[in-house]
Amino acid sequence: MSSGARWREHWEELRRYPSALVGMAIIAVLVGLSLYTVIAIPYPEALEKWRGGEPWQLHPVNAGPLWADRLVGGRQPSTLVIDSDAAEVEEAPFEGGRRLRMALAFDYQYDGFPSEINLFLRAEGHDQRPFARLLWQAPDGREFMLGGHRIGRDHRISISQDRALERRLGGLVPHIGLLAQPDSDGDAQPQVQTGRYMLMLDAVVFDEQAGIDAELVLYGRVHGIAGTDHQRRELSLALMWGTPVALAFGLLAAVGTTITTLVIAAVGVWYRGWVDATIQRLTEVNMILPMLPILVMVGTLYSTSIWLMLGVVVVLGIFSAGIKMYRAMLLPIREAPYIEAAQAYGAGNLRIVMRYMIPRILPVLIPTFVTLIPTFVFLEASLAVLGLGDPVLPTWGKVLNDAQSQSALYNGYYYWVVSPAVLLMLTGLGFAMLGFALDRVFNPRLRSL
Amino acid sequence: MNDSPMTPPPRRGILRDLRYMLLYAGKRLLALLFTVLVGVYLTIVIANMGGQVDELRLVQIRSQASEAVRADPAFQDLTSTERNELIERQVSQEVERLRLDQPFVVRSVDYLQRAMRLDLGRAEQMHSDRGSREVYDIIVERLPATLLLFGSANLLVFFVSVFAALFLSRRYGSALDRSVIALAPTSAAPGWFYGIFLILVFAFVVPVLPSGGMVTAPPPADRWEYAASVLRHMLLPLIAMFLSSIFISIYSWRTFFLIHSSEDYVEMARAKGLPSNLIERRYILRPTLSPIITSFLLMLIGLWSGAIILEQVFNWPGLGSLLFQAIGHRDTPVIIGGVVIFAYLLAVTVFLLDILYALLDPRVRIEGGRR
Repeated sequence: MSSGARWREHWEELRRYPSALVGMAIIAVLVGLSLYTVIAIPYPEALEKWRGGEPWQLHPVNAGPLWADRLVGGRQPSTLVIDSDAAEVEEAPFEGGRRLRMALAFDYQYDGFPSEINLFLRAEGHDQRPFARLLWQAPDGREFMLGGHRIGRDHRISISQDRALERRLGGLVPHIGLLAQPDSDGDAQPQVQTGRYMLMLDAVVFDEQAGIDAELVLYGRVHGIAGTDHQRRELSLALMWGTPVALAFGLLAAVGTTITTLVIAAVGVWYRGWVDATIQRLTEVNMILPMLPILVMVGTLYSTSIWLMLGVVVVLGIFSAGIKMYRAMLLPIREAPYIEAAQAYGAGNLRIVMRYMIPRILPVLIPTFVTLIPTFVFLEASLAVLGLGDPVLPTWGKVLNDAQSQSALYNGYYYWVVSPAVLLMLTGLGFAMLGFALDRVFNPRLRSL
Repeated sequence: MNDSPMTPPPRRGILRDLRYMLLYAGKRLLALLFTVLVGVYLTIVIANMGGQVDELRLVQIRSQASEAVRADPAFQDLTSTERNELIERQVSQEVERLRLDQPFVVRSVDYLQRAMRLDLGRAEQMHSDRGSREVYDIIVERLPATLLLFGSANLLVFFVSVFAALFLSRRYGSALDRSVIALAPTSAAPGWFYGIFLILVFAFVVPVLPSGGMVTAPPPADRWEYAASVLRHMLLPLIAMFLSSIFISIYSWRTFFLIHSSEDYVEMARAKGLPSNLIERRYILRPTLSPIITSFLLMLIGLWSGAIILEQVFNWPGLGSLLFQAIGHRDTPVIIGGVVIFAYLLAVTVFLLDILYALLDPRVRIEGGRR
């Protein structure tokens, strides 16, 4: 039977297992997501963004996923950005400067309060710093003075941090107090007042030409498909980039360990004598070395780069317990007549090992190999949960680690833990389901059971 | 008394067996000792970064000595050369005390022989809750927590899975059997992973169980209340470990039993009409005893080192989190102590297994000495 026909037969066999099909579907989705991610968000861009800071200025802190809120019928606010470019500006020139009045208006129709309010002001090309006064107008006509500010080139006014305003609002933080209904009895839960709000920016500019750009940001409580973390970063970035990283790590580690282990077992079986004895002793030594503590040690003492970790995993995996299993499988093959025939026509040692012995047990290995992948995916996540994740790469494990160090569960940010965990679980299930089905296809002894 | 003329004289047989056994045991013991030796030495080298930790320590000693001399008003009126000499003298004393002046290779061998004698020495930074600096005390203090949690979890998983597998192998193909097989892939996730979900559900969404730790703070004075509190804290990690390994465990035992119950001699026994109990005990369990014991013992020590994350997630004060803290503090004596004990435990287990094999499997007993 040609090998093509044999593979086709295996494929027919495999198709009869629904779990194999589900597993393959999951793997296909994950591979598709990885390809999309790698193309849509190039590696350097992902690293640059994940470092945090500037690019995330307009994102809320710890916002949940939008769809999760809408699904349960909530109307929590998304982030509102009101730009002065779209606002009406009144200009009134005077001796040595101008007076600008900007009305940053917005319609607020959500059930919840925003999580924070910031005003970003940009004033470029001014010799003397302009001065601005802020007035907040609620839909019911109440007005709050938000004070005056001298504006720098890149100025940020954290309205939520204004302690004096908080006292004037009766002890409510500004992003709640400014949008709350006037409270009659004084100690009820504040309710949102919906309607049209306006922030009046009254600026005095000491320049003929240069203007002021303003951006009023009402940070939401929900954001995007995956929400944001404590550094305002979109979790979807890490969840998406975590996919190729996890798949690559799992695949490379599984390939690295199985192939090297197999080759070494075959070499030992073929050469026998002291080579075999050495390999056996090394395997026993390796069994005594605890894998995880050594990885933790390498991570703490040297570097937590994911590629170094991969290298250590492969090196520790070379002399793993699998050698004993492969050895048992290879021993009868060594005595097979076709090996003797190969020797008779003059095949060298290396040729016999690589071309005659190893290919014989490769099919048996395929299921083991597939079931090994999730083990390594979870290993990477485990290291990251211990705080030994790659310093720059966004991965699922690092999201979990951030969530844990920020007490996400205690604070009720369940999405932060659930979304990476679900992805990890999907990966694990996909490969494991396929692997179990493959096991039955390739090991005929199990098939009859 | 029972000697019938038919049986061969038993004395010679036993003596021969004993001789082979001793020979075999001796060989295995030597090989294992060598294995532990190499493993521990490798750990020492890694934990010291091949000697680089020494350089860090030298810098630390120097800065500490100069800080101390500068801050002490008694040395204010010394000239700078005198002061530097004083610092040098203190540094060299400390270096001599820690024997940092000797090359790392020499000290690593010294470390090794002390580690092999289980003389674990004193920790550099850490101390036990009672304040002892001895590595032995630190480890012993954490040992009960680990043994309690992992011992009970492993025993539970082992017995439940073996008996469930026996039960399922009798009814293979049934709906129950198929559903357990379908659940087997869930074991791809490790225990800590289920732990996170369990904490989420049972400690926060429905707050019925504590999310971590071993007892409530402050610990209850009454012994029974203390035990009840520990039990409540144990429940979630226990379930996490159970969930993560039970299905795969049942699956593999079931396959194993199925393969063995399709052997010819089992079919033969069935054909003879023996009761299924008897077949199970005498024809399936007896020949598969050595793999069962192997996996039992290996499982008992297997999770020992893999428990770091579960202990971290559940804040369980066991050996895993101790090792993690030690690595964080670069406290090499504690790291090496932990690994040495692990290595010895493994070696002792492997040795016990070898002897047990020899007892259970006559082939090993007779050929063992010649292997």
